[in-house]
Amino acid sequence: MKIALFGNPNTGKSSIFNLLTGLRQQVGNFPGVTIEKKIGAFNSVKNKHQLTDFPGTYSIYPHSKDEEIVYNALTNSEHEDFPELAIVIVDTSNLERNLLLFSQLYDLKIPLILVLNMWDVAERRGIKIDLTKLQSYFPTTPIIKMNARIGLGKDRLIAAIDELDDKAKKDAFIPSSFPCLIDDKEAQKEEVLLRYEKIREILQDVQHEKTTINNTLSRKLDRILIHRFWGYFIFVGILLVIFQFIFSFAAIPMAWIDDSFVLLSSWMGQQLPSGILNDLFAQGIIPGIAGVLMFIPQIALLFFFIALLEESGYLSRVVFIMDRLMRPFGLNGKSVVPLMSSIACAIPGILATRTISDWKERMITIIIAPLMSCSARIPVYTLLIALVIPKTYLFGFVSLQGLVLLALYFLGIVSALLLAIVLKKFIRVKNKGFLIMEMPEYKKPRWGNICITVIEKVKVFIWDAGKVILAISIILWVLATYGPTGNMEEKIAQAKKTEFYQHTNEVQKQSIISSAKLEGSYIGIMGKFIEPLITPLGYDWKIGISLIGSFAAREVFVGSLSTIYAVHDENEEHQNLLTHLKMARKADGTPVYSLATGVSLMVFYVFAMQCMATLAVVKKETKSWRWPLIQLVIMGALAYIGALISYQLLA
Amino acid sequence: MSKSLSEIIVGEKVTVEHITHPYLNTKLIEMGMHAGLKLELLYKAPFGDPIAISMNGSILTLRLDEAKYIQVCSSPV
Repeated sequence: MKIALFGNPNTGKSSIFNLLTGLRQQVGNFPGVTIEKKIGAFNSVKNKHQLTDFPGTYSIYPHSKDEEIVYNALTNSEHEDFPELAIVIVDTSNLERNLLLFSQLYDLKIPLILVLNMWDVAERRGIKIDLTKLQSYFPTTPIIKMNARIGLGKDRLIAAIDELDDKAKKDAFIPSSFPCLIDDKEAQKEEVLLRYEKIREILQDVQHEKTTINNTLSRKLDRILIHRFWGYFIFVGILLVIFQFIFSFAAIPMAWIDDSFVLLSSWMGQQLPSGILNDLFAQGIIPGIAGVLMFIPQIALLFFFIALLEESGYLSRVVFIMDRLMRPFGLNGKSVVPLMSSIACAIPGILATRTISDWKERMITIIIAPLMSCSARIPVYTLLIALVIPKTYLFGFVSLQGLVLLALYFLGIVSALLLAIVLKKFIRVKNKGFLIMEMPEYKKPRWGNICITVIEKVKVFIWDAGKVILAISIILWVLATYGPTGNMEEKIAQAKKTEFYQHTNEVQKQSIISSAKLEGSYIGIMGKFIEPLITPLGYDWKIGISLIGSFAAREVFVGSLSTIYAVHDENEEHQNLLTHLKMARKADGTPVYSLATGVSLMVFYVFAMQCMATLAVVKKETKSWRWPLIQLVIMGALAYIGALISYQLLA
Repeated sequence: MSKSLSEIIVGEKVTVEHITHPYLNTKLIEMGMHAGLKLELLYKAPFGDPIAISMNGSILTLRLDEAKYIQVCSSPV
């Protein structure tokens, strides 16, 4: 049976979804909108069911384009998401507001089950519901008590699904023409008022409230976590802990993944007969897959922390204290988490903007997110810093190299905020942004929910980023392996004639040949083609090749430089590559990697949109090529101009 | 005395009179706000904006820009 879940935000809807389907769920999109659609499968005693989780809403009437999905799916029985059974989840401690949506679904004559969730919270607040009386108002709808957070009531819900008698005739909750047209706001308002009147009447009869006890613990926590000093202090502290985990501790599993793929690559190289297929796997596909999987530890950790903060209720406090600070930039308190995530990787960051309901604020957040220095830039930064920044200490203890690294992160953040201000002026919309939201009470996080979230996010990342990175890796491999007829052979022949080649060992000879092959390949030709364009930035064609290669993933820069400079890099520290790069000379004898070129390259990498996977995700999230192209152009221009200025100033 | 929700102080208890913004109107009504409902300003974010109000036992956050469309009067204590 096609079953759908409906309910207000913060009613434990996703807990019930997880409870019923476990890991048998997948994430997709509703047609035409960017709202996440979770579909899962589960079995009752009698049947197999497909469960769709609809976005949390207070009413079936939409207030934004994205919210129209609920109205459209429910009012059109031909719609692909039209349910055969709707389960409405309500927060028992706040029945008045929650019953509005239920009463609308009731009048749509869709078979219903009403779940009174968070029964325990209601009891703690001194709210008593007379279930028999409530049932008498809705005789044909099964009503079930649940406490989904601890898994209570699951069996009753499944039993109710099996016992459902959909032939029972229902009376209307309010006798009027329903539903209203999607644009008729005035009629919708009248209808909602009428419903509330009736709901309050019913509640007078079925609900008995002792004196409302305020949740004192929640209030006490809020006094600290929203405090004008301690609030920010604690938030920054939490951020530091998260980044400590993402950058230091995640390095350990990342090294394992990296090592195992190096092993796999060389094992494949030995197993397959040498030839094109062998090269394709060993140099194209396996490194491509490794480049995706490498980021899993960071992304999993990041989403673990975000899910933890979200589950506990803290995240909405962050939104609350950050909103005013973000607004001058055209952003929203809800932009904080996406931007924070982008420091690990822009892709989960952009996916996390789905919580921002205001279109303009969401677009600005998406566009500036890739300016946050992601972890793929770290290998590039560290190589370049080691190359051109001296290992000196300011005041005897402040590492100059560390300071430059910090400056690069700041450059990214500051320019992201400045770009946001500019975009705020240019993007025009009719409706202004709203922040109206409910602040949930603090709760103990449910580990099951957190695990499912982490697994789902990692799956989405592997799928979304993975296919693009893999495709680009293969394309780059082809470009680097093939060249116009005779071109590569010619370069190899030239290289073999050099004196250095004649007198060096076998390993070096191999490296020199692969370097010559690269020069003669299509990508080498492309590098030389763009050379006039990048000479003002202080780059030569070899750097040009690496820039092109970075479109698969930025960290490819380091690997492709190793190939070009014919380095057999055996140790992790790039020491070998570093000495080669330091020795590289231009025709006039000056070093290629001068301070000016190095800084210019760093600035280029801070700004440039060198990530096809991010562009693909932006396209998917914004439903058009317009935004990713704008992003590519803006960031490309920033990178070029920034690098030009730094080179010309320093050279 | 009638004033807007953006003008009240922390701890002040007020009663909703009406909502003047046509778009916000429907949204807030759907969230359970109606004339005669009692609200209490729980806290303001640092910099005084947004604000958190207690409504029907749950906490609602609003920007001052949104709160100014909600007309309220002081509740008799």
